[in-house]
Amino acid sequence: MKRHLISAADLSRADAVLILDTAEELAALADRPIKKLPTLRGRTVVNLFYEDSTRTRISFEAAAKRLSADVINFSAKGSSVAKGESLKDTALTLEAMGADAVVIRHPASGAAHRLAGWVQGSVLNAGDGTHEHPTQALLDAFTIRRRLNGDGGGADGRAGTRGAGLDGIRVTIVGDVLHSRVARSNVLLLSTLGAEVTLAAPPTLLPHAVGTWPCAVSYDLDGELPKSDVVMMLRVQQERMTAAYFPSVREYSRRYGLDVARMGRLPEHAIVMHPGPMNRGVEIAAEVADSARSTIVEQVANGVTTRMAVLYLLLSGTEFPEVTQ
Amino acid sequence: MCAASSPVAGRDGLAVLDAEEIRRALTRIAHEILERTHGGDEVILLGIPTRGVPLARRLAARIGEFEGLDVPCGSLDITMHRDDLRLHPARALGRTDLPAAGVDGKTVVLVDDVLYSGRTVRAALDALNDLGRPRAVQLAVLVDRGHRELPIRADYVGKNLPTSQREVVHVLLTEVDAQDAVMIGDDGGRP
Repeated sequence: MKRHLISAADLSRADAVLILDTAEELAALADRPIKKLPTLRGRTVVNLFYEDSTRTRISFEAAAKRLSADVINFSAKGSSVAKGESLKDTALTLEAMGADAVVIRHPASGAAHRLAGWVQGSVLNAGDGTHEHPTQALLDAFTIRRRLNGDGGGADGRAGTRGAGLDGIRVTIVGDVLHSRVARSNVLLLSTLGAEVTLAAPPTLLPHAVGTWPCAVSYDLDGELPKSDVVMMLRVQQERMTAAYFPSVREYSRRYGLDVARMGRLPEHAIVMHPGPMNRGVEIAAEVADSARSTIVEQVANGVTTRMAVLYLLLSGTEFPEVTQ
Repeated sequence: MCAASSPVAGRDGLAVLDAEEIRRALTRIAHEILERTHGGDEVILLGIPTRGVPLARRLAARIGEFEGLDVPCGSLDITMHRDDLRLHPARALGRTDLPAAGVDGKTVVLVDDVLYSGRTVRAALDALNDLGRPRAVQLAVLVDRGHRELPIRADYVGKNLPTSQREVVHVLLTEVDAQDAVMIGDDGGRP
C-alpha cells in the first residue's frame, strides 16, 4: 500500500480487500470488554478539520484512540487559520510537532494531495471539497460486503467474507453526484472491487466528465431500483449549490427521493445506505431511514472499524522491509 | 519470533520429525495436559495463528478421544501486540476466536508450533490480558528450539530441538501445508 490515502483510485483490489479483511478482524473488538489495542502506542495522529464534521472526525478520533495513538484535534475555527495562516504553514507547524499521520478535511479539492507534499507523515483524506472521501467509500464497501456476502454475525459468517470483493453486486448511487466526494470515491472503489455501479441523478447534478467514470448513468431512478442490490442515497448539498440545479426541493424529492413506495420496488434483499448527514424528507423519507433495510447506523459503527484498519495498515509497519529478523 | 511463518517451498531442509512422530508428540502432550490440569476441567486451548490453531484443534480432539471431554478450543491473534511491528511492513491480521464462555477463571493453554525467542508468547500474554482474567495460563509447543530472549518457558514440549540461530525451523501441518513434518534448514543466507 502507498503511504498516503488521498484517493480511492490509489487502492488496488488487493489493497482494498486487505483493508476490508483487517476491518473484519477488528470488528470483533467492539464486543470485547477492553476495546483497545496497544498497536500505535507513541504515535501521534492529527485531525486537521477545516470543514464542519461530526461523524468523520469523531470516527477517526475513536479509531486512533482504540489503537492507542495520541490524537490532536485541530479545527480551523478558533485557530490561527482564523488569523490568516495558510495550509502550508499549518502543515509545517504540525510537522514540527511530530505528527505521524494527518487526517485532513478541507473545502478545497486537492488539499490533501498538496498536504502530502509538505509533511513527512501519512496523509489521510477525510474529504476534500467535491473531490474524494476514500474512507467513506471503504466503510460503505465494508458494510455492503458484510450485509450481502455473509451477515458477519458469527465466526463462520466472517470466514465467508474474507478475501472476497463485491463481484456482481449492483449498486445505485442516487442524487447530488456533482457535489459529492462520497459518490466519486465510491464509484472508484466499488468498481475496483468488482461491483456494477449506476449513478441515478438529474442531468444538472451529474459532473461533465461522468462519461469517463467506471460506471453507468441513468436519469430514471424508478427503472434502476428493481435491479439494485444496494441503493445509496446522497445528501443534497445545498451549501455548495451556487445555482439552481432543480426547480424546487419538493420536485426533487418527488423524482429522486427514496420514499416507502419506492423502497417497495427494491428486491427483497436490497439495502439502503446514506453517508449522512441526512435531510429527512428530501432525499430519504424518515420511514425509509429508520427501516430494517437501512444500514445508516451500521455505517457509523463500521466507520470506526474501517478507519482503524486504515490507520493500522498505514502507520504500524515500516516502509523498509527486511530491516531485521 | 515464530520461525515457521514463511513457506518452505523450494528450500532444502532436513526433516527432524515425521507425521508419526508429530502424532505421538501430540498424544503425549494431550495426556500431560490432562494430568497437569487434573482431568482437563475448565481448560481452554487457544492456538496462535497460523499453525498453532490446527495444533490446538488436534489436541482438543485427542483429549476428547481419551476422556470423552469436550475441551473448548479457539484462536488468539497476537499481531496487534507484537513488539516488532515497526520493523516490518504492516501485517495482515489473523483471527481471534474465543469460546463463547470466555476465558475468565479458566485454565488457558496457549498452543504454538515453535518456541524460539519467546516474544510471540509475551505478545499472546498481553493479548490475553485484554480479553479476560484466566485462572492460569500454560504453554504447549510442538518444538522448542531454544535461544530465549525473555524469561518464558513451555509447560508442554513436543520435542526439544537444539538449533543454531542461523538455522530455520519449519513446522508443516496437513491443514495448512498438505503434509505433516518438522524441517530444519539453513536460513538461505539471510544476514
